Parts: sequence; C-alpha cells; structure tokens
Amino acid sequence: MASDDGAMRSSRARAARLLGAALLPLLGLSACVQEKKTLYAWGSYEQLVYQMYANPGKADPGTQIAKLTEDVARIKAEGGRVAPGVHAHLGYLYYTQGQPALAQEEFTIEKQLFPESAVFIDGMLARMRKQ
Amino acid sequence: MSAAIVAHPRAARRTQAGCSASPSRALRNRLARVAGLTALTAGMSVIIGCAAQQPHDYSAYRAHMPRSILVLPPRNESVDVNAPYSYLSTITRPLAEAGYYVFPVAVIDQFLKDNGLPTPDEMHTASLAKIRQIIGADAVLYVTIEEWGQKYQVLQSTTVVKARATLVDTASGTTLWDGKAVMSEGSGGGGDPIVMIVAAVVDQVLDTSTDRCHDIAQHANVVMIYDPQHGLLPGPRSPSYATDNRGR
Repeated sequence: MASDDGAMRSSRARAARLLGAALLPLLGLSACVQEKKTLYAWGSYEQLVYQMYANPGKADPGTQIAKLTEDVARIKAEGGRVAPGVHAHLGYLYYTQGQPALAQEEFTIEKQLFPESAVFIDGMLARMRKQ
Repeated sequence: MSAAIVAHPRAARRTQAGCSASPSRALRNRLARVAGLTALTAGMSVIIGCAAQQPHDYSAYRAHMPRSILVLPPRNESVDVNAPYSYLSTITRPLAEAGYYVFPVAVIDQFLKDNGLPTPDEMHTASLAKIRQIIGADAVLYVTIEEWGQKYQVLQSTTVVKARATLVDTASGTTLWDGKAVMSEGSGGGGDPIVMIVAAVVDQVLDTSTDRCHDIAQHANVVMIYDPQHGLLPGPRSPSYATDNRGR
C-alpha cells in the first residue's frame, strides 16, 4: 500500500512536472507577477457575471442568489473579506426578484464595507423607495 | 502574391475567428494560402509585457489618485460579438486586488441600459460629469477589445486576446493611465520537442473548454495591471499603497 502510494506520488509528480513544462509557455507571465495574499475572497462572483451573459440559463437570478449567499456565509465563517460589488450585485438581484427589503439590506452592507460606493448605492436606494 | 505580403496585417486580421466560432472548410483553404505569412509569427506564441520599456509617466495619476473605478462594458473591434461581456467578467478582480473599489460591473451595465444607453458604444459617450454625479466614480476605465479569437494557420491555431484600456479622472477629464492587455497562445512554439508535443496535447484539451479567450483575458489583465513599469499604481486599499514609489 505504502509503495503504491509512493509510486502514485512519483508518477503524479512526474505528470505535474510535465504539465508544468507544458504550461510554462502559456503561463510565462508568472515570472513577472509576484505571488501575494489576496485582499478578498472571490467565491463565484466573476464566474456568475460571465455565465449571466454567456450562458444565461445557467445563471438565472435565483441560482445567482443561492450561490452568492452561500459564498458570503462561507467567507464570513472563514474570516475572509467579501469582494467589492458582491453585496451590490446581490442587492440588485433581490430587487429584480421583487424583494426590496433584502435588496435594501444588501445595498446597505455594500456601502458599509465600501464607502466609495455611497453615491451609487444611495441613488439605488432612493430610486427603489420612489417605486 | 506580393500584394498579399504588403497586406499582411490585414490578411492576418481576416483570418481571425471568434473564440466560439469554427471556420468553414473553404475558409480554412483560403486561410492556408496566407498561412505561410502568419507562420512567420508563430514562434512568438506568447507575448508578455516584461520587455524593457520606458517607464510610464505617473505624475497625472499621482495627482488624481482614484479610490474607485467604474469599468464600462468594453467597445468591440473584434469579430466576436461575445467578447465585451466575456472580458467584462475578467477585470473586476485584478483591479480590486490592486486596491481600488470597483463598481459592480453587471449592475452598472443594467443601470446604464435602463437609462437610455443600450450599447457599450453609447455608454462610452456618457459624460464624466454625469458619471461622477450619479455613480460617484473617481475614475472610469474605458476598454476597447481589438482582437478576440483564433487565428488559423496551417497546422494549428493561435488564440489571441488584445485590448486597450484608458483610465480617466472623472473630476478633471485627465487621462491617468493607459495600457494594453495582450496575450496569445498557440500550440507551436520553439524549444524542447517533448514540451512541444505535450503542449499540443494540452492545447487540444484546452480547446474543448468553453471559452479560451476568457481565460487568456484573465492572464492578460493581470500582466497589464501589475506590470512593474507600466501597470496601475497600487490603490488606497492596497497594502503597498503608501510604499510604492513610482511617480513620486
């Protein structure tokens, strides 16, 4: 069992080396980009933005809300920071689904986390109230 | 034939297809004729922004350091109609990780559409004063996609992503920064024959994935934004905001 593991590890290592060599020309950029700890946990936000245009059937508002709320809960539990735009995106999704209370809550969180968004968020909240 | 040589850049442009598109046999045959020319450039399969260049002049950027960036949906000069929104989903992360607040790109897109600006071309004509007043963005990033897709050659294809970006201060209208996200990826490439064979296999696998351009654009953006000579400066939320000395 142990030797099987060893053989598997070494063949996996070989495969990884080969793949690494193969990918080197593709990922030539790694040489000029420093590895850094990220500021935010990203979850599925950008992937959902991609899907909602490329493949709308896979990212209807309900699916997006489910994935993003799951992301937010997990990121919070792990002590990470939610990326800029996520709560505003979530707020907008709730708004389109006729859930203004939840929309307002999410917009407000975006503004608390990122005061840079205040003008836009205040405008969204004011327009929501007028309707 | 000599005319074809003179017209090389345009010929190369014609050979480009969208990322999701597949060329007809007739097109392929036609392409094969110009392929001899494009093959000359096949060796340069990966173009990255590491070459020595004159450093960017950061004085205007420093004078109007933005805290927030609004990314408008890109204008499209490529043949792939899906390019702008595919690109739009790759730009938030590197900008935010560089220390800026980035407005939610899809919400902004819908907001502008709801307010009489149905296309990226029209969105790019919105006045900076209005953007500042209604959205509160310190700066706008205008992106134009120049190329997005596959260039077919005799035995292989090269996937190319090319976009130019300009960061403009909404208060003064000053251009703070401009850059290019350029990357291409092919199954050729010189050097170690074993690496080349494995690379070709890997490419075949990758080509079946949904959208290579999207993945390449992610890398291209990272290279553009973090380029030590020409990249963006770290924004106010970056840990290196206070210590980065470019343009000081």
